[in-house]
This record gives sequence, C-alpha cells and structure tokens, in this order.
Amino acid sequence: MTATASVAGPVPAYDSVAEGTELAEKRSRIRRADLIRYCGASGDFNVIHWNERAAREVGLPDVIAHGMLTMAKAARIVTDWLGDPAAIEEYAVRFSRPVVVPDDEDGAELLVTARVAKKLPDGRVRVDIVARTGSDESGWEKVLSMARAVVVLP
Amino acid sequence: MSLDPSFIGRTYPAAEVYEVGREKIREFADAIGDPNPLYRDAAAARQAGYPDVIAPPTFPIVITARIGEQVVFDPDLGLDYTKVVHGQQRFVVTRPVYAGDRLTGVLTVDNIQAAAGNDLITTRVEVTTEDGDPVATAYSTLVARGTSDERDQ
Repeated sequence: MTATASVAGPVPAYDSVAEGTELAEKRSRIRRADLIRYCGASGDFNVIHWNERAAREVGLPDVIAHGMLTMAKAARIVTDWLGDPAAIEEYAVRFSRPVVVPDDEDGAELLVTARVAKKLPDGRVRVDIVARTGSDESGWEKVLSMARAVVVLP
Repeated sequence: MSLDPSFIGRTYPAAEVYEVGREKIREFADAIGDPNPLYRDAAAARQAGYPDVIAPPTFPIVITARIGEQVVFDPDLGLDYTKVVHGQQRFVVTRPVYAGDRLTGVLTVDNIQAAAGNDLITTRVEVTTEDGDPVATAYSTLVARGTSDERDQ
C-alpha cells in the first residue's frame, strides 16, 4: 500500500486486494469548535451539538458530536485508501454510542481502523470500519457498529 | 408520546431543487476535516474524469436531512426533536454529487416503531437530478430517546 492517497487514483486493483488487509488507521480530534462548524456546514443545528445545558436536560452527559460528523470522519479511512472517493457504492453505519465532546482544548479523540472484510463478485469489496473514542490511557469505546462500505475496484 | 404509525408508507412530493455549489462542498469538506483535492480543486476533479469538484460520500445528508424535515417536524407525527439522536444511516450511491448539480429528492417513511422505550422512525430519500437521473438514496433512522409510551405507562 502506498502512502500517497491524497490525489485521485490509482484505485487499488481488485486482484491486488486480499481479505483481511488492514487499512492505515486514522486519528483525529473533535472539539467544540468543530461541532459549531459542522452545524453550519450541514444545517443540523440540534441543540445537543452545541448547548451543554440542553444536552444535560435530555439526559446526555454533555454536548455530543453529530453522528454524521463521526460517519464522515470514519469514511476517510476508505476514501484515502481508494484515492477516488467516488468508488464508494454503499456506506452504512449504526451509531451505537455518542461521541461526548467536553468543553476543553483536547475535545474527543476519534480512532478509526478498517479492514477488507470480504471480496464480493463484480469487482466489489466490503470494508468493515471500527470507530472508537477515548484515549490510549483510558481505553477506547466503539461509537459506530456495523460500519461498512462497499467499494468498486478496477 | 409514541409516534403516529399511520405515517408509515407516506411519500412526499419531490422537494424544491437544491443547487450544489463549489463553495458549499469546500465548506463541508473543511467541516469534516478532509483535505482531498477532489472536493476543492475543479482542475484536479476534471483530470480524474468528473465535470467539477465532487462532494464527500456523506454530503447528501445536507440535502436529505432538510427533505426529511417535512415529516420530522410535522407536529402530527409527535416527534420530540430535542430528544432525537441519529440511530442509523446508509447511503447507496449511483454517482457522486458534483458542484453544479441541481438535485431534488422524494421522501418516504419506511418504518415507525417503538423499542426499549425509544421511538424510531426510518425514512428514505431518493435523490435525483431535476431531470430524474438517480444520484443516491439515503436511509436514516432517528431515535427519540425515552419518549415511547412503552416506558411512560
């Protein structure tokens, strides 16, 4: 696997990909400011993503990230591997646990891993993704379950 | 309060056209922290065979969530949006969204159910160009936490 995934292509060839292949892990931080930015970019201004008082009133521990922000960040492990994001034919997740974003400098850390789970017919490959939040010190908890992308390879 | 199950199967008229802008795609890519040039650089996108910059795989939510509001915010449905979290999301993609696309979508309520004290609603939005060419389908499940009558009673 090459490390030059920033520009389109070459998309990995179907024949070159083996089941079990691990994709390069991704780590990123989600801070309060990122949530505000995603509110504006997406149009999802649900108060639980920016107002701590409102989040607690509905029983959440604190402000939580948009599930769609986590889903978008998790997709990048696949799109960087592919080079061409348009090779994704299907992408699905379940939001199993919220990403709680404290009001501090560190925010929440997101750790994304993935592997080629199954080679399907017609040049298609299923990639299973695992997204976790936490830290190396405190441990990691899964925030997405059944996160899968089906991609079409040449 | 539980959700009104009579909404299941309801389909709404095609939504007002949404014109996808280059700067909206860039803004979205910035917000998800993805520097991929195909989201920002029209020349790079054309070189890769696309008519203009393409949008990230989850971008259709910008359009489909707005279309979904027709049912989500319908007071007759009975959804308490302050208690809503996103349960599941799936995109089935025919082609990526390009800058310059003029898109619309048809909303259908696929399911409404109560589970473990929560109310769940699953919707489908079929996104097409204004000429009817398919682009993507978004399936969303929203969960209203602890709002079901199951627990209230």
